[in-house]
Amino acid sequence: MTTAAVNLDSRAHYLNADYGIKSWLLTTDHKRIAILYLVSITLFFLVGGIAAVLIRIHLIEPNGAIFEPGAYNKLFSMHGIIMVFFFLIPSIPAVFGNFLVPMMIGARDLAFPKLNLLSWYIYMVGGVLVLYAVIWGGVDTGWTFYTPLSTTYVNTNVISAALGVFIAGFSSILTGLNFVVTIHKMRAPGMTWFRMPLFLWAMYATSLIQILGTPVVAITLALVALERVFHVGVFDPAVGGDPILFQHLFWFYSHPAVYIMILPSMGVVSELITCFSKKRIFGYSFVAFSSVAIAVISFLVWGHHMFVSGQSIYAGIIFSALSFAVAIPSAIKVFNWTATLYKGSVSYQAPMLYAIGFIGLFTMGGLTGLFLATLAVDTHVHDTYFVVGHFHYIMVGGAMMGYLGALHFWWPKITGRLYPDGWARLAAAVIFIGFNLTFFPQYLLGFLGMPRRIAIYPPEFQVLNVMSSAGASILAVGYAIPLVYLIWSMRYGPVAGPNPWGAKGLEWETPSPPPTENFPQTPVVTEEAYAYGK
Amino acid sequence: MWQGFSIRPDQGSTIAQGVDHLFYFLVAIDLFFTAVIFLTIFYFALRYRRRSEREQPEQIEGNLPLELVWTLIPLGICVVVFLWGTSLFIRNSRPPAASTEIFVVGKQWMWKLQHPEGAEEINELHIPVNQPIKLTMTSEDVIHDFSVPAFRIKKDVVPGMYTTLWFQATQTGKFHLFCDQYCGTNHSLMKGYVIVMAPTEYEQWLSGGVRGGTMAEAGAKLYDQLACITCHGTGKGPSLVGIYGRPVKLSDGSTVVADEAYVRESVLYPSAKIVEGYPPIMPTFKGQVTEEQLLQLIAYIKSLGPQEGKASK
Amino acid sequence: MADSHAASALAHQFEDLEQQHDAASLGMWIFLATEVMFFGGLFAGYTIYRNLYPPGFAAGSHMLNVTIGAINTAVLICSSLTMALAVRAAQMGKKNSLVAFLLLTIALGLAFVLIKLTLEWRHDYWEGFAPGLNFTFAGPNAKSLELFFCFYFLMTGVHALHMVVGVGVLGVLLVQAGKGRFGPDRFNAVETAGLYWHFVDIVWIFLFPLLYLIGGRY
Repeated sequence: MTTAAVNLDSRAHYLNADYGIKSWLLTTDHKRIAILYLVSITLFFLVGGIAAVLIRIHLIEPNGAIFEPGAYNKLFSMHGIIMVFFFLIPSIPAVFGNFLVPMMIGARDLAFPKLNLLSWYIYMVGGVLVLYAVIWGGVDTGWTFYTPLSTTYVNTNVISAALGVFIAGFSSILTGLNFVVTIHKMRAPGMTWFRMPLFLWAMYATSLIQILGTPVVAITLALVALERVFHVGVFDPAVGGDPILFQHLFWFYSHPAVYIMILPSMGVVSELITCFSKKRIFGYSFVAFSSVAIAVISFLVWGHHMFVSGQSIYAGIIFSALSFAVAIPSAIKVFNWTATLYKGSVSYQAPMLYAIGFIGLFTMGGLTGLFLATLAVDTHVHDTYFVVGHFHYIMVGGAMMGYLGALHFWWPKITGRLYPDGWARLAAAVIFIGFNLTFFPQYLLGFLGMPRRIAIYPPEFQVLNVMSSAGASILAVGYAIPLVYLIWSMRYGPVAGPNPWGAKGLEWETPSPPPTENFPQTPVVTEEAYAYGK
Repeated sequence: MWQGFSIRPDQGSTIAQGVDHLFYFLVAIDLFFTAVIFLTIFYFALRYRRRSEREQPEQIEGNLPLELVWTLIPLGICVVVFLWGTSLFIRNSRPPAASTEIFVVGKQWMWKLQHPEGAEEINELHIPVNQPIKLTMTSEDVIHDFSVPAFRIKKDVVPGMYTTLWFQATQTGKFHLFCDQYCGTNHSLMKGYVIVMAPTEYEQWLSGGVRGGTMAEAGAKLYDQLACITCHGTGKGPSLVGIYGRPVKLSDGSTVVADEAYVRESVLYPSAKIVEGYPPIMPTFKGQVTEEQLLQLIAYIKSLGPQEGKASK
Repeated sequence: MADSHAASALAHQFEDLEQQHDAASLGMWIFLATEVMFFGGLFAGYTIYRNLYPPGFAAGSHMLNVTIGAINTAVLICSSLTMALAVRAAQMGKKNSLVAFLLLTIALGLAFVLIKLTLEWRHDYWEGFAPGLNFTFAGPNAKSLELFFCFYFLMTGVHALHMVVGVGVLGVLLVQAGKGRFGPDRFNAVETAGLYWHFVDIVWIFLFPLLYLIGGRY
């Protein structure tokens, strides 16, 4: 033990309350469960990330630098399945939602702590099954499992992958259920709905989607698995089934799912912008209602994934109109965040850099969604790299940045330690640059017509692919840096104290790390959220 | 590596320019708002940067007029783009009446194309310039997607049903044809070219080479081989002369139009729709005819105009 | 003794028993909403195919045994009655009634599953109605008939699975009830299990007419 390592054990908190593997694996403390999720999703992110690195290296050459097409197909399928279901969807809700929801409302834990632990185990069972599926033998249907390809025409581990996702879905459902009940029933006295931090509104809206959408994809994937085993033909045209029915059922969940991935990050951004401008959010009720509006409208737009599928032209028109509608609440949020900075007291620590990066990149990426909502343009760019660029801007430039911002903001609360802000800002800048270099060329590739999910491409697309791969290498470095200093900080970082950022919010009124029961007495709330003027 | 590099695809069809104009408008909107947001944030972040830890900024709740402005302006832009895009899409979805019909069967991992005059191609489609072309497509196995970026068109090719696409090429040349719906191992290799030719060269190409007759003639041969005439020529089953494109009354009282899908279904699943006044005795030919052969039969039935049972060109 | 009993009834995260009860109820209602969406996918698929293939689906429906279906419906409705009575007994602290009604509910639930498995499904299998395993129909409507039976087995199977889980949960409650765990200040578990049980019953009330009674035979 060096002199620089300060011992935080002078008082009791949730990390030292008990020691040993059993105290972690059998915990019902929402904060420990959040840490369990933090470790597991980081591991899944590494697996999905390795797949991404391999994909980008392979795509440097038009004829493919490394893999046969069959192996490449398994790689992009693995990347999609793991990143979507085992990283992005749980990320902020399972880590920061679990850690913060009780603290932000002044409660001692979630409504159902044992159910919370069960959620983690269910997630791990699903995850292990999927890891087995993608690593031993692989899956090559893409994360979208379109029929009849997935039910009848591939020989890969579709059943185990589909079942793994099916199982993990219940983790998502139960987490959402826990949050909704907690937010409804366990707010501290004085914490009215409109005094809640916006992160809670975001968690609530996200949970609504998790609860109502996930069961539909669960039954759909179960049907795919059953069709593979029993050849029942629900989606197989050869026996009168309809492959387009699969698409409707699949996208009914998978479109709202993308809002599961972005809404929590938006909630995080509201917290960061307010703290680092020392200002109340501009237009609180607009931002709050926008979160719920996004959740509701998100269930009505799934057909925009199917404009060229053979679906009726009238259905296409309706879905297009509704898809434009869902863009409006997001725009409202972006303007309100920007206006929050006006006449504020703005500082630029790493969390704020991530928040600002999010706003800019989400604006650009979100607006490319308008291209895809526009029927005539989507006909050209559907299933090309334009779509790949669009969703990576939102998922990586948006959701992932929100996740990193959250990690950097609440790290001192979670661990009791500070990390070196200089390195953190450097990493944020490297990530920003690497990200744009990776994904901006993909818009151009899509406009030029390069299809997605191809292992071999025409040579005239090589320049843009090489640019994208170069960016990916920078991005990988950017992601590696926080891994180093965050782990370093756990031992050698300076002690954080209860509120290193001077932020408002009940979680900052506890010591860092917090005690197991969060609050010695249930707090009474007397002021609005983000009461920075007082 | 730089050979062929460009950031703009060829505008090879009548709709390409219209789609591009809308695309560029959206690019302008995107870049404009991204710039506005980024620049505003940078400006605020600099102008209002924290100068001391003791600063107490003025707390602003919000501003209703501003909220309305930045709700209604995006809404207005969305309405404009939606209407523009939808009207373009509707126009681009309706093939002109005088289109040349070509038939496409996609399968893992190749495109099979049939011209009504009889020419058959694999992974290549020769067409005349400045002539509307309507593609009727189906798949033998999984869902594929017929995509020609230079024409700004694509459509999924689905097993068990026909999907259609139309375009009119405006320049001669060779344009990429891709499969744009992931379809298995060699999805990347399921590609080819659309070769657009001047009308005279196209006629030459069409009439050159060894060929066995038009699609309708091939269909007539099949019609004989499968002995369809034993019912459809003797009154046991409905006559097929002149039925194509006309309404048909069914035994359950409903009426359907006899289009490609109806003919295909009748051959494969005859009990699905029974014509009024006839017994449900037609056997199925599932497994006995390929998707290409079905298209040939359809071409033959189309050719049975008012003339009694004679295959016409 | 009553005090410490009451104190142990309150979980540490809740402020009072009322909050705990409200949370448990809301939690179960939300879970039931997810179940509605889960079954909803199957119902949607069934509805779409029924509209596409009316003759095949009507034929399939006629091949099901309405009598057994009706008996099972009656069995389930009775079990909902006994479940409601069990909840009441728990609320009133009547241990013997609670045990009796739980036992009856379990018995009726098991009866439902057994009738389905031994009388209906075994018969269906031997008659050649089981897609993928033993489907022996030919004829014009064969494919849509097979599709009908896919949905029939899927929907009633998923439903039966929910019944079995419900029976398991009630079994656990039965053991706890026998030990005197439930009373006026501690009956959430019975009440929420009751909600679940009624939901499973209601799903069957929808399944029975949709599967057994279509096709205009009455």
